[in-house]
Amino acid sequence: MVQLTLPKNSKMTEGKVWPKPAGATKLKEYRIYRWDPEDDSNPRIDTYFVDLDDCGPMVLDGLIWIKNKIDPTLTFRRSCREGICGSCAMNIDGMNTLACTKGMDEVKGAVKIYPLPHMAVVKDLVPDLTTFYAQHRSIEPWLHTSTPAPETEWKQSREDREKLDGLYECILCACCTTSCPSYWWNGDRYLGPATLLQAYRWLIDSRDEATGDRLDNLEDPFRLYRCHTIMNCAQTCPKGLNPAKAIAEIKKMMVERRV
Amino acid sequence: MAETHKTGTPSSFTVGGRAYTFTDHTFDVVVVGAGGAGLRAVVGASEAGLRTACITKVFPTRSHTVAAQGGISAALGNMGEDDWRWHMYDTVKGSDWLGDQDAIEYLCKNAPAAVYELEHWGVPFSRTEAGKIYQRPFGGMTTNYGEGRAQRTCAAADRTGHAILHTLYGQSLRYSAEFFIEYFAIDLIMEEGICRGVVALSMEDGTLHRFRAQKTVLATGGYGRAYFSCTSAHTCTGDGNAMVLRAGLPLQDMEFVQFHPTGIYGAGCLITEGSRGEGGYLTNSEGERFMERYAPSAKDLASRDVVSRAMTMEIREGRGVGKAKDHIYLHLDHLDPKILAERLPGISESAKIFAGVDVTREPIPVLPTVHYNMGGIPTNYYGEVLTKVNGDPDQVVPGLLAIGEAACVSVHGANRLGSNSLIDLVVFGRAAGARCAETVERGARLPDLPRDAGVNSLERLDHFRHAAGGTPVAELRLDMQRTMQNNCAVFRTGEVLEEGHQLIHKVWSGTDDVRVTDRSLIWNTDLVEALEYDNLIVQAVVTMDSAVNRQESRGAHAREDFPDRDDKDWMKHTLAFVDTNSRTVSIDYRPVHTYTMSNEIEYIAPKARVY
Repeated sequence: MVQLTLPKNSKMTEGKVWPKPAGATKLKEYRIYRWDPEDDSNPRIDTYFVDLDDCGPMVLDGLIWIKNKIDPTLTFRRSCREGICGSCAMNIDGMNTLACTKGMDEVKGAVKIYPLPHMAVVKDLVPDLTTFYAQHRSIEPWLHTSTPAPETEWKQSREDREKLDGLYECILCACCTTSCPSYWWNGDRYLGPATLLQAYRWLIDSRDEATGDRLDNLEDPFRLYRCHTIMNCAQTCPKGLNPAKAIAEIKKMMVERRV
Repeated sequence: MAETHKTGTPSSFTVGGRAYTFTDHTFDVVVVGAGGAGLRAVVGASEAGLRTACITKVFPTRSHTVAAQGGISAALGNMGEDDWRWHMYDTVKGSDWLGDQDAIEYLCKNAPAAVYELEHWGVPFSRTEAGKIYQRPFGGMTTNYGEGRAQRTCAAADRTGHAILHTLYGQSLRYSAEFFIEYFAIDLIMEEGICRGVVALSMEDGTLHRFRAQKTVLATGGYGRAYFSCTSAHTCTGDGNAMVLRAGLPLQDMEFVQFHPTGIYGAGCLITEGSRGEGGYLTNSEGERFMERYAPSAKDLASRDVVSRAMTMEIREGRGVGKAKDHIYLHLDHLDPKILAERLPGISESAKIFAGVDVTREPIPVLPTVHYNMGGIPTNYYGEVLTKVNGDPDQVVPGLLAIGEAACVSVHGANRLGSNSLIDLVVFGRAAGARCAETVERGARLPDLPRDAGVNSLERLDHFRHAAGGTPVAELRLDMQRTMQNNCAVFRTGEVLEEGHQLIHKVWSGTDDVRVTDRSLIWNTDLVEALEYDNLIVQAVVTMDSAVNRQESRGAHAREDFPDRDDKDWMKHTLAFVDTNSRTVSIDYRPVHTYTMSNEIEYIAPKARVY
């Protein structure tokens, strides 16, 4: 009989409970996944208490407060702090989202934070996104044209430009891709929602002249067709985009070109 | 001790009693930074067949170009007649005559081609009814040398930077450029005044890398995080600027720090000037559209320095809004919700998230917020870095280029116009790529690095990695940020700046007591933040000291004790050099280029700057 075992050292343990800041009256509890690749220990959950009177309102503000005031070893990515760079994607309160646009007040009780699910962890809340980026690269995310470029701009009607809305805004944060059970299972071969949304962004651009090649590249039981419309991607996207719909549109284009 | 490397340069060194080993790389061109300017240079160099590396501390699409909103200026004339000469006039006036007019001519003349190129690469620009690129009004942009209001700023809704950065990233994948992502550049490798490459730390595994190249291009952005409240990302720490200072080279015009009029009160997040371009306006506590008093003609679309000063005056005189009467309202609630949804969707979302405001119903609370550094690494319009040697103010530093916000070409002079920074990135990113293509010999064998190449980087790294003082990095950083915010703000006086000079030098000395807690090598962000702080503090110091030194008011540098522009004594660029051992700053000057690049336009003579 098949026996499933977790890899060694993957079992989560209870970590350190850091002291409450002295004199603080309004506290928010953070329970954060920690894992240090340089020691042999299992991942652990550390508990911190953030002084809300000394800290901004977002989950990221709390993380930075902890790093500045309590534990400088806490490790996470962050940059723009306004929801446009996509660095601080993580699993907060059971949902993938950006720490910088998630209000602490949206979380009842302790703020539980894990790295994006099902990715190799580099350290603490930093996942390894190498494969994710390679998949994005594989769809050749640039405009393909064979007609010689005009001296000024390619003309595009307002209606055609509107077709890019809901697609071009993707910030490659990987929240959707890492929320997808199908990607968890076949992440090596299924491109996942973010990459497919990007693929559709180029497919539907009226200026692009490589629709056939782009579809050929996706015509594969794994790259495209592992989407089973689970819809976690649309649920979780911090920018309110709908990758599942984009994937459905690609599937429709596949059918249409056959008839 | 040092083991011999096959190039003849040792790759292992013992520093602080600990052994460190370099991995060596050789490229034709190494670009540091992957924002708009860096990626444009990467595309140019790799398209020309040069072996190109791009070192970046964040994945390219996380660079701060991504946060640019309103647009990119170019006289395309899609919305009415336009001319690059008018764009040039506006830019010179915006710069308060501190910009170099040859460089400004290069920028404005090359702007349309650079924008069309971006469009051809796929940037999803908003469109006019005729299917052309949509252009909106922006501050300080006029037609006919100040007469009419121009619509010159090309926009992709209010996400133009995001659209451009993602497109440039895609484009950069087409050629064979090699990306070193999440590599933190530590210092330049200099040999007898020539730049030979750069040293970087791979954050993923803690390994150290020495990049040898014919050209090193710094595209490392601004240093907004020297201030407490800024629109800039956490990663905007001006690392390249600091590397240049440590290499004994100067930074130029560092006293000119732009405050954007409309940062969200509290959070500091940017609300684009395009919101005023689309018809938004500012009011004080009396509900008055006060900009009409300060800039009767341009009103809310005056230059950023002018608007930020007006807002500060209103607040000072007790007409601020809110409980503490310490901010101003930006109204968009009179605009058609359809227009808001189509042209300003991003800031509508930001206002909701960060101010709890529904822009269709309520005004946004805003405050002038640090946004952009006009100053930086002095360059010519090919992107080549300049220094002053034996009285020659235009001495090229061989092997080193700088572009984007890190550079000071100088096209922005004392004050940058909105939407002139995105165009600066692509025009000079393109120029730098082209300059590399012209001057670099493809795949040439490079001479060995000097025997101690990179040791200075190791010493710096080792020092911070094992820093066991009493002051955490975060505390030093906060002291620096507070000092800059209090003593080097929108309005300045000799007294306040002098105090700021004392305080910021005290913070700098305090760096001796720095403590880094994380001793690991993999993704040690405590260490990286220490290195970033160390980069910021030298820039903060030269900013303050350059500001104390400049006894006039020009553009963003508004001295209450010297309220007028003084072209006779001060129409010159400040150069600031730093001696990091003695922690002293020395100031010198370069002349402003009072000539144009060609005879297609005449020199624009200084006059009073009225909006």
